[in-house]
Amino acid sequence: MLSDRRPILLANARIIDPSRDLDFPGDLLIADGVIRDTKRGIGAAGVPEGTEVIDCKGRIVAPGLVDMRAFVGEPGAEYRDTLASASQAAAAGGVTTIICQPDTSPAIDDPAIVDFIMRRARDTAIVHVQPMAALTKGLEGKEMTEIGLLKAAGAVAFTDGTRSVTNAQVMRRTMTYGRDFDALIVHHTEDPDLIGEGVMNEGELATRLGLHGIPTAAEAVMLERDMRLVALTGCRYHAASLTCRESLEILRRAKDAGLPVSAAASINHLTLNEIDIGPYRTFFKLTPPLRGEDDRKALVEAVASGLIDIVMSDHNPQDVETKRLPFAEAAPGAIGLETMLVAGLRLVHGGHLSLIQLIAAMSTKPAELLGLPGGNLRNGAPGDVIVIDPDTSWILDPAELKSKCKNTPFDEARLEGRVIRTIVAGRTAYEYASA
Amino acid sequence: MNIAATSSFVLNRRHLLGIEGLSRDEIVGLLDLAEEFVELNRQIEKKRTSLRGRTQINLFFESSTRTQSSFELAGKRLGADVMNMAVSSSAMKKGETLIDTAMTLNAMHPDILVVRHHASGAVELLAQKVDGSVINAGDGAHEHPTQALLDALTIRRNKGRIEGLIVAICGDVLHSRVARSNIILLNALGARVRVVGPSTLLPPHIERLGVEVTRDMREALHDADIVMMLRLQRERMNGSFVPSTQEYFAYFGLDQKKLAYAKPDALVMHPGPMNRGVEIASSVADGAQSLIREQVEMGVAVRMAVLEALSRNLPNA
Repeated sequence: MLSDRRPILLANARIIDPSRDLDFPGDLLIADGVIRDTKRGIGAAGVPEGTEVIDCKGRIVAPGLVDMRAFVGEPGAEYRDTLASASQAAAAGGVTTIICQPDTSPAIDDPAIVDFIMRRARDTAIVHVQPMAALTKGLEGKEMTEIGLLKAAGAVAFTDGTRSVTNAQVMRRTMTYGRDFDALIVHHTEDPDLIGEGVMNEGELATRLGLHGIPTAAEAVMLERDMRLVALTGCRYHAASLTCRESLEILRRAKDAGLPVSAAASINHLTLNEIDIGPYRTFFKLTPPLRGEDDRKALVEAVASGLIDIVMSDHNPQDVETKRLPFAEAAPGAIGLETMLVAGLRLVHGGHLSLIQLIAAMSTKPAELLGLPGGNLRNGAPGDVIVIDPDTSWILDPAELKSKCKNTPFDEARLEGRVIRTIVAGRTAYEYASA
Repeated sequence: MNIAATSSFVLNRRHLLGIEGLSRDEIVGLLDLAEEFVELNRQIEKKRTSLRGRTQINLFFESSTRTQSSFELAGKRLGADVMNMAVSSSAMKKGETLIDTAMTLNAMHPDILVVRHHASGAVELLAQKVDGSVINAGDGAHEHPTQALLDALTIRRNKGRIEGLIVAICGDVLHSRVARSNIILLNALGARVRVVGPSTLLPPHIERLGVEVTRDMREALHDADIVMMLRLQRERMNGSFVPSTQEYFAYFGLDQKKLAYAKPDALVMHPGPMNRGVEIASSVADGAQSLIREQVEMGVAVRMAVLEALSRNLPNA
């Protein structure tokens, strides 16, 4: 930890709290690990003795991000990322809570493993870590996990990671059972049979590159089925990563019908498109795949309108052994914990989203959906707060990234804005060196 | 008779990874150079010395008989030391990656690597890691540039031109690198290209590559000057992409009856190896309008031209 638990006053800040729709110049006081006060002119005089006073010089103070989907390699694939290395990356990116995914080895499908993750995170991670548990045993899509016991152990939601449950009967029963525990089911909506040999978005570009395509229907078919099962069962449901216009229409109909559904989009699908693949660049091979520009635009509009509730990093570390391969053979995934906010700022600078919308989608809404106490700056909320300089311009050097893997699609990209300070439970977990 | 080289064409690039990106002048330059080698290859004395001292490695991650032997002969006739490596049977089975294999071979200082791989883009990836010239001998469903060049040479020698010809490419376009390279090349030289096949074997948005698309052989072959057949892989015949070989032959197999839709002097091509009775009837494959054996001959000449034109651009050339 960089600093002890002295109270912290963030003075002269632009305070953004989407939970109350607030965006105003003021000060924020954190003491005993929680937010004590946010208002205009608390000033150095109005704080407890020993308070660390930080002049924010008009920069943004916002609730720390809650990243709804991050793949961490611990246990079983520590070369990808450990809870410790992922948490370092998270802190540098303004993420104060990581929601880690259960496709570890062994999978998080047993309460003892939930317990392991939480203890391990407590001892080694510098941000909060909350695990999702597997929806089916061994992520095999056949038998439901111990939803009740897993939830009691601390699992915040249930998912099979990047796998879809293809058996509709298994999905229906799991939803029906899960509803009794008020479980949130998070589902990757891609029909594996329709994916087939596909490795990128189906269309002209795939045809030119001689790569097999994945149609948007692979996603829409699975989402449509799920919406009908939600209507049948009443289970709380969250679509893990939507990518196309067709899916948005399905989601809109479900929401209009009052179904308990929500959805996320990854920062990659909001800021990149299939053309970025260019000459077979495997860092842009993702699951689900990057789509065309029309779909990307539709997705951004859906975040602005609130149809898409959440924006997540989809952090998925892969090393050179799994990426430096022919495109079809390379593993999908991109790291994102460290860049999700700055990549999101591109949408703000471009006038497509307001800052408050972006912070809501990356912090307030995921915290609310998962029932976590963060994601807001109310008095008594956890002292998970970030300071952002929205305008500083820099070029991303992958060597400086804290994740163990460097598979970033923003390799040497010019970025505008950066996280200056990340405070977790009232302690500074990250501070940008030359701030 | 001794044939002296007259063309001084140099391919001003290090690698030949695809037809995409080649200019019209580069394509024509290669074809003109290849013409000279056609004549040379018909002499008793077929040897040249322009690649003497050069090492050419044929690195085939996917088995091939005709392309590999064609490149081997081409290299030898130009005086290069040629080594064949069938990687599918050796290193890759021991877990060595594509990049490792490339680096290992690179340490032996080959001047030219001829590479075939089952994955689209793999040859380009390999080219980034080696010092010599890389020639794409087929990567996945992406490109097979020397096949398109030899097809163009064959057409040009028989029709006197390519511009304005109607070329129908028939069959499994989806999985075909030959089709992609040919579409790009024929368009660059001003031909009118049609593709035809069952919709399951036509890639989405193929029309954006500048071709007319149809599912009807009669329509595709109407007034065609060239009918180019594609091979249908065995594993795609029975139910996965088409229901059966019988049905495929009935609708898309080239027999005398369908060939009659084309111009009377239309010529038939096939990159080989053929499935007789699946995509092409024997009577057509062996008939008077068939150029299939000539394509093989042109293959050696075109590959000599590519090797020669690239080597003229190598350091110390």
